[in-house]
Amino acid sequence: MMAVVHMFADAAVIAKRNMIKIKRVPEVLVFVLLSPIMFVLLFAYVFGGSINIPGGSYREFLIAGIFAQTVVFGSTFTGVGIADDIQKGIIDRFRSLPMSQAAVLIGRTASDVVYNVLTLLIMGLTGLVVGWRINSSLWEGLVGFGLLLAFAYAFSWTMALVGLLVPSVEVINNASFMVIFPVTFIANTFVPAENLPSVLRTFAEWNPISALTQAVRELFGNIPPGTPEPTAWPLQNPVVYTLIWAALIIAVFAPLASLRYQKAVKQG
Amino acid sequence: MGNVIEAFGLVKHYGDVVALDGLDLAVPEGSVFGLLGPNGAGKTTAVSILATLLIPDSGSARVAGADVLEEPARVRERIGLSGQYAALDEHLTGFENLDMIGRLYRLGRSRSRVRARELLEVFDLSEAGNRPVKTYSGGMRRRLDLAGALVASPPVLFLDEPTTGLDPRSRLDLWGVIRELVARGSTLLLTTQYLEEADHLADRIMVIDQGRDIAQGTPDELKTLVGGERIEVTVVSSSDLPRAQEVMQRFAVGELASEVRNRKITAPISGGAAVLTRALRALDAEGVDLHDVGLRRPTLNDVFLTLTGHAAESNGTRGTSEDQPSLAGRAGS
Ligand SMILES: Nc1ncnc2c1ncn2[C@@H]1O[C@H](COP(=O)(O)OP(=O)(O)OP(=O)(O)O)[C@@H](O)[C@H]1O
Ligand SMILES: [Mg+2]
Repeated sequence: MMAVVHMFADAAVIAKRNMIKIKRVPEVLVFVLLSPIMFVLLFAYVFGGSINIPGGSYREFLIAGIFAQTVVFGSTFTGVGIADDIQKGIIDRFRSLPMSQAAVLIGRTASDVVYNVLTLLIMGLTGLVVGWRINSSLWEGLVGFGLLLAFAYAFSWTMALVGLLVPSVEVINNASFMVIFPVTFIANTFVPAENLPSVLRTFAEWNPISALTQAVRELFGNIPPGTPEPTAWPLQNPVVYTLIWAALIIAVFAPLASLRYQKAVKQG
Repeated sequence: MGNVIEAFGLVKHYGDVVALDGLDLAVPEGSVFGLLGPNGAGKTTAVSILATLLIPDSGSARVAGADVLEEPARVRERIGLSGQYAALDEHLTGFENLDMIGRLYRLGRSRSRVRARELLEVFDLSEAGNRPVKTYSGGMRRRLDLAGALVASPPVLFLDEPTTGLDPRSRLDLWGVIRELVARGSTLLLTTQYLEEADHLADRIMVIDQGRDIAQGTPDELKTLVGGERIEVTVVSSSDLPRAQEVMQRFAVGELASEVRNRKITAPISGGAAVLTRALRALDAEGVDLHDVGLRRPTLNDVFLTLTGHAAESNGTRGTSEDQPSLAGRAGS
């Protein structure tokens, strides 16, 4: 019991330290926030006219997909932050202190949620400017944002492990791009899953990113009336499916990352 | 008093490289133990294992009553570590770094702050304390890192090359801080490249090379190992050399070594300055004109050279005039 209290107290100290960095290096934040704005604008104006969503507006359809892709990309920060800590040697300090050894990773993943909150805020405002609206209730809208943050938090644990295994900022940036980009594209993020060729379609239907996007679309009320019901189970129960994945990812990757952290990863 | 740091048969390989090859060590409570060795000797590896950062391939160690491998968390509660490379957060200020370390040692909010201010004062960083570490000079980072090791006033301290990169004044200041800590009962293991430092601070020194203990003892014992004191005289004219040799033979406790070309005689003696004075009077009485004279005691650098076959890296004076007398002396004897 005491150990859990200590763990969260220590994680809070680490998270606070990470937040100070956001404050001290605001340039990072500027780029983090500019790219989603650019994304929303590009998709809304470049593809907006040529992709048709029966009975609705592509811009409304699009926003949830961009939200999902962006917060998943946000997990790269976790990996980069950990790699940076290892490279700079401060991890050695932490590992010699009587602190909870899980706290460094918990504090890191927690403080990275702040990036995603800010990103969602900026993207939401940009979305409103280009004509996106939440057509449901405020309550459902908030649940939608909560689901995005929860899934992104879970996903950041995969990047935490990557950061521990390959402590190089450049490698992580490239690797995450190569993995996250296709995974977020072979989904219903930018086009309806039904429009994809059959193999990709099956993948897209079971892709948790699709479920996340679908869930958020439903919660925001961005699915035009008359859209046929999805046939795949994950897309019929998107909230549950997303939460199962989030839990699964944490259950697998949090222990793996913690083990890896405790193993002596001394740099030469 | 018991041993606060003990290691038995530590072995660590990195691929084909043997970093530690069965190292044993024991440090009694309240003493300063100096680990000396050339680059790559295994000093940092040994410290990392004792500070729970690294798991040895075999062997065991106890620090402050807890087993390093079995109970690392208990060890961490009682140690302070300042590694060879400063482990600080660049974006935090000096104060924030120390405050964070205090919180992670669980000193509590207010004690962490008070302690952070105290240490900034001790290490002469009060003014820079509110600037991000990014803006610090190398020596300032080094000092802040050392302060980090002292935050919880731990009973056992590991300092890996604590004064590398410090200017002479900061080094002297740090020596003062270290002496004070030890006077209050802390036990300290430090590694160093500076023989002078080990000589000044350490109660016991271990010289390691290639992961093995090659000599151990008090600074004086180690010096004796290489040979005692000696007088070196250089005469003005070569024709005086035989007479000078005859005089010096009376005071020498062993064989003289003479370098005819340099008009120099080295005589092993025992009795220090008193013998030197008498030898000088005798030479004067014989009418020998001296160009140079000196009483030499072996330095730890000689110890290093003799034991490892290479000089301490930081010395960097291999083959300069400083070293020649001792090299020539050994060659001639
Ligand atoms: N992470 C590592 N990977 C591979 N080899 C390593 C690693 N760390 C240390 N070594 C090797 O182990 C040996 C001992 O290294 P160590 O850092 O302990 O030496 P040291 O005595 O601290 O040297 P220095 O005075 O240069 O700091 C060296 O040969 C080094 O190359
Ligand atoms: Mg070293």
